[in-house]
Amino acid sequence: MILESLGIVYALLGAACAVFLAGAGSALGVGIAGQAASGVVSEDPSKFAKVLIMQLLPGTQGIYGLLVGFITLSKIGIIGGGAVEISPSTGLLILAACLPIGIVGLISGKSQGKTAAAAIGIVAKKPDQFGKAMLFPAMVETYAILALLISILAVSGIQV
Amino acid sequence: MNDLEYTYAVARIRSLEASLLTDSVIDQLVNCQSEKQCLELLSEKGWGDHETGLDASAMLKREEEKTWEVIREVAPDLSVFDVLSYSKVYHNLKAAIKEVCTEVQSENIFYDDCAIPGSEMLGIVENKEFGRLPDNMAAVAQEAYDTLLHTRDGQLCDVIVDRAALDAIYEAGRNSKDEIIRNYAESTVAIADIKIAVRCQKTGKSLDFIRRALADCESVSAEQLAKAALAGSEAIGEYLSGTAYAEGAQALEESPSAFERWCDNRMMDTIRPQKYNAFSVGPLVAYQLARENEIKTVRIILTGKQNEFPDEAIRERVREMYV
Repeated sequence: MILESLGIVYALLGAACAVFLAGAGSALGVGIAGQAASGVVSEDPSKFAKVLIMQLLPGTQGIYGLLVGFITLSKIGIIGGGAVEISPSTGLLILAACLPIGIVGLISGKSQGKTAAAAIGIVAKKPDQFGKAMLFPAMVETYAILALLISILAVSGIQV
Repeated sequence: MNDLEYTYAVARIRSLEASLLTDSVIDQLVNCQSEKQCLELLSEKGWGDHETGLDASAMLKREEEKTWEVIREVAPDLSVFDVLSYSKVYHNLKAAIKEVCTEVQSENIFYDDCAIPGSEMLGIVENKEFGRLPDNMAAVAQEAYDTLLHTRDGQLCDVIVDRAALDAIYEAGRNSKDEIIRNYAESTVAIADIKIAVRCQKTGKSLDFIRRALADCESVSAEQLAKAALAGSEAIGEYLSGTAYAEGAQALEESPSAFERWCDNRMMDTIRPQKYNAFSVGPLVAYQLARENEIKTVRIILTGKQNEFPDEAIRERVREMYV
C-alpha cells in the first residue's frame, strides 16, 4: 500500500522542486539586483523605472517553476480533481522531468541577478545605453527557457 | 566579507562616478582666465555647498568631507579603509610629538578626518599615554618622542615615524584579502621609498640614514635602492630601470614634479580596472583614491591660478583623471 502511494509522493516532490528551486533562484537574483537598484536610486531617483526593469529580469525563473508546478499538479489530478493512480516509476519520471527547471532556475536566477546588478551599473553611468545593458542579463534567460521547455515537454509526454 | 555584500555600495558609487571630473573638465579649468572662473565652474559641477561659496580652501575641504561621508554611509566594513588614512594618522603623531616637545603651538597642522584626529593625538602625546595608540604605533611614538626630547633632531624623529607609517601600510596591504589594497600598499611604499632615496641622494645622507628611512617592499629592494642613492642620481635611475618603475625613472630625470605626476597617474592606472567591477570593495577604494586625485589636481590648478602661473606650467602638473 505504501509502495503504491509513493508514485504520487515522487510526482509532488517534482512539482515542489520546480517551484522551490526556481523560486529560490529568482529570490536570490531579484535580491541582488534590488540592492544594486537601491544604490542607484538613492543617488538618482529618475532612473527608478529603468533599474526596476533590470531588477525584475531574474524574477522569471520563479514563474517558470510555478508553471511547471501547475502543469505537474494538473497532470496528476491534484488540481482540477480526479487524482490518478501513479506508479512509483511514473512518479520518479515526473520528478526527473521537473528537475531541469528547478536546478537551472536556481543557478540561472542567481547568475542573472549578478549580471543585472552589473548592468544596473551601466544604467547608472550611461542611461542612454539601457537597451544594450538589458541584453546582458537577458542572455542568461535563454538557459532558463531551454530548461523550461524540456521540463514542460517531459512532464506532458509522460503517460499517467 | 562576501563580495556580494558590496552590491548596493558599488551601484551607488557607479552613480557617483558619473559626477567625477573628466579630463575635459580639467582642461576647461586650466583654460579658465582666473581662479574665480575656476571656482564658478567647479560650483556648477556641484563642488562645495551653500556655506563654502567660492572660497577655494573651504570648497576643497568640503569635497574631502563629502567623499568620506559617502564611504562611511555605504561601506559595510570601514576597517578596509583604515590603510588609506594611515599616513594622516602618523602625520598627526609626528605633529603632536613636535608640538609637545618644542612647546610651540601651530594652527592647522593636524588632520581631523582620520582614525585618531589631531586633538586626540595631542592629548595622548601630552599625557604620554602611548598605550592608547594601536599596538604597532605605541612603541614608535615612544621612540620618536624620546629621540626628539634627547637629541632635538626633528629630522630623525620624522624618519622614525615616516618609516613606521610605511611599514604599517605595507603590513596592512600584506594582510589584506583585497587586491586593490595590496596594490595600493605596494605602490605607496615603493613610490615613497623612491622619493626618499632621491631626496637623500640630493642632500648627501649616509647609508645608515637611508637604510633607516627606507621601508621594505616587494617591487623595490630597499638595500639596493639605498646603495644606488649613495652612488648618485644616475645609479638610482639605473636601478629603477630594471624594476616596475622604469617609466618613473624617466620622469625623475625630467623633473621632481613630473615624477610626482607620474606617481599619481600610475596609481590611477592601477585602480582603473575597478570601473568594470560590479562587486567587492575595489570600486569603493578606487572612488576614494580617484576623489583624492581629483581634489589634489584641482588644488594644483587653483594654486597655479592664484599665483598667475602660465597655463603650460599648470598643465604639466595636472594628473590624469579616473573616469
